[in-house]
Amino acid sequence: MELLSAVNISKQYAAHKALDRVTIRIPDNSIFGLLGPNGAGKTTFIRIINQIIAPDEGEIFFNGKPLTPDDIARIGYLPEERGLYKKMNVGEQAIYLARLKGLSKAEAEKRLRFWFSNFEIMGWWNRKVEELSKGMQQKVQFIVTILHEPRLLIFDEPFSGFDPINVNLLKEEILNLKKNGATIIFSTHNMASVEELCDHIALINHSRTILDGNVREIKKRFKTNTFEIRYNSFDGDLKTFLPPDFELTGTETEGELRTATIRLPKGSTPNDLLNRLIPYISVHGLNEIIPSMNDIFIRTVTEESPTDTIHAN
Amino acid sequence: MQKIWLIIQREYLTRVKKKSFIVMTILGPVLLAALMIVPIWLSMNSNEMKTVAVIDQTGIFFEKFKDTDNIRFHYLVSDVNAAKDNFRKSGDYALLVIPKTEVALPTNAILYSEGQVNLNVKSYIDRVMTKQLEDMKLQARLNDLRQGSDTPVNVDDILRSIKTTVDVSTMKIDEKGNEEKSYTEVSMVAGIFAGILIYMFIFMFGSQVMRGVIEEKTSRIVEVIISSVKPFQLMMGKVIGVALVGLTQFLLWVVLTFVIITAVVTPMTAAKNIKAPATEQVSGQPNALDPAAATALIQKQAPQDGVNEVFDAISSINFPVMLGSFLFFFLFGYLLYAAFFAAIGGAVDSEADTQQFMMPITVPLLLSMVLSQFILQDPTGPVAFWLSIIPFTSPVVMMMRIPFGVPYWELALSMVLLILGFIGATWMAAKIYRTGILMYGKKVGYRELWKWLKY
Repeated sequence: MELLSAVNISKQYAAHKALDRVTIRIPDNSIFGLLGPNGAGKTTFIRIINQIIAPDEGEIFFNGKPLTPDDIARIGYLPEERGLYKKMNVGEQAIYLARLKGLSKAEAEKRLRFWFSNFEIMGWWNRKVEELSKGMQQKVQFIVTILHEPRLLIFDEPFSGFDPINVNLLKEEILNLKKNGATIIFSTHNMASVEELCDHIALINHSRTILDGNVREIKKRFKTNTFEIRYNSFDGDLKTFLPPDFELTGTETEGELRTATIRLPKGSTPNDLLNRLIPYISVHGLNEIIPSMNDIFIRTVTEESPTDTIHAN
Repeated sequence: MQKIWLIIQREYLTRVKKKSFIVMTILGPVLLAALMIVPIWLSMNSNEMKTVAVIDQTGIFFEKFKDTDNIRFHYLVSDVNAAKDNFRKSGDYALLVIPKTEVALPTNAILYSEGQVNLNVKSYIDRVMTKQLEDMKLQARLNDLRQGSDTPVNVDDILRSIKTTVDVSTMKIDEKGNEEKSYTEVSMVAGIFAGILIYMFIFMFGSQVMRGVIEEKTSRIVEVIISSVKPFQLMMGKVIGVALVGLTQFLLWVVLTFVIITAVVTPMTAAKNIKAPATEQVSGQPNALDPAAATALIQKQAPQDGVNEVFDAISSINFPVMLGSFLFFFLFGYLLYAAFFAAIGGAVDSEADTQQFMMPITVPLLLSMVLSQFILQDPTGPVAFWLSIIPFTSPVVMMMRIPFGVPYWELALSMVLLILGFIGATWMAAKIYRTGILMYGKKVGYRELWKWLKY
């Protein structure tokens, strides 16, 4: 079941096409990574979901029905370019922003008090925003974004400006939100956090989706049948024991042990490799090399030919 | 709708609570009051003796103009034209002509002089004439009563029925003996004052809107907000919120200025009235028939005498029309320009970048001010007419013209065009605004703005 599906979205800005027939389906109660290099069209896509701008073509369905202005109350958005009124009190401002999302004054205040004590920032309530550090302001913004308990949350680079302790606090909260039933769109350039948090991703480049699907599936698809083997120091050339289609891509010596990376041809298994080598070396370990999201990102974006889309589910 | 109300509230409250607003609210009336009181005080304290020649063709006012400390009257029995020709040689300060009327009582008089007529002299003449005419009407009413009508005497009714407005118009006689109608001082002052006030308010509050938009853009809160409300709602909420701040300030100014002036001028004129008791004698016509009613009447009239000259003179302007149109032209003039100010704020990244776009808004407003002298001298001429019809200049120029009297159709046309101008401007501004607020770090030119209009 999808909470949000955007079908064939196009958006043209004068001479520049920001989105070209982009289709993205976001499964309910998942964390969805929206990836892509700068200027690929991610922010335009997010703004279209938030109904800040309208698409030229295409349709968006929220919970099975076409997206309406009323759905704004069910979406929480933390933009990349974010801030607060500097001269306003923190508490007063948070109440104002929550009321703009449709909460009553009393309800907003009640929930804010809960979250402020949860984040241990109750003491800031009457402080002016300009007295707060950037990280402190970000915490307030995060609270304001989730306060109206939206079904869909959109975080654009949520961790920028946070120290590692607060990044962890935030990650925990994001996972909590998912546990409580929310769906989260997560846009970032930090691939480590994508791997840590996301269930699904879509990669946008040059205004089009070039890769999307379940993270585990994608990684599987990008495996190259490459293995890392550790063995006892040995003076000869490993290559002499391998058939010509087994590609030795690197070796490393670390004290007593050496590590070699070997790419196997299609159809060969790690057992074939071991069978070949065991007579000559003493094996200490064997690992399959699984590509990181970072590698996948770089590979897909640099190799991308604009016509084909890799699709995995 | 509820959201735009929240925005209006925030915009209004944050501004009204600011120190600068409170300081302006107190300082403004003090300056305004000083501006109004000082010239009056100066003219009241000029001790130079002025002689006024009187040609009273009606005969009603013979011997009624009593000399005061600094005005002396002498009556002429000559022809008006001859008197005008001789005026320069006579050395008189002014020549008062009260033309004969056929049916009604004479309520018009012309005051010829070389320069502007002193407000004191004019209002004294006005008062004496009014008093005399009202006394005559009262006398007539009392005679009617003496004739034995049975209707009960209602003092208020009688007072209302004898209420008289006298129009003393001033004419200038130049060196060659030609005459031209001199624009009355009060109309001119009121016109230029209203014009400047509108000009000031548009700039003051328009740039507040612009700064507010830039603040939202540079603090990066704008995208957070427009994920909850439409950009148009945010823009209009700000424009309306600031308009309410402007109205609040204006009303506070009016009330405080009035309070200050009354507090200062009343003792001033009270002192003056003791020095010139001549005015009291004019009303001193005893009434034999009904002493009680007469005393009541005289007592009721007494405070009217005390009403100070300033307000007397100013009351020649149609105040409800003046105030009503001021509020209208202030509000819609501001709304028209505020839309542009908001669009500029949305298009730039910082206040320093606003310069290039300010020109087109500044020029029409500045033009209205530069041409003010010209407009006030010829308030019905083609320049004044067209500038008071075109929406961009009409708020300031129409306000300058109104004290001189403007036909209602012109006023209506100007108002309708201003409303249409406001709608058009807001429509355009909203398009520029909604694109601009999401653009960061990009220098925009007019070509860009033109493109945004078509998105």
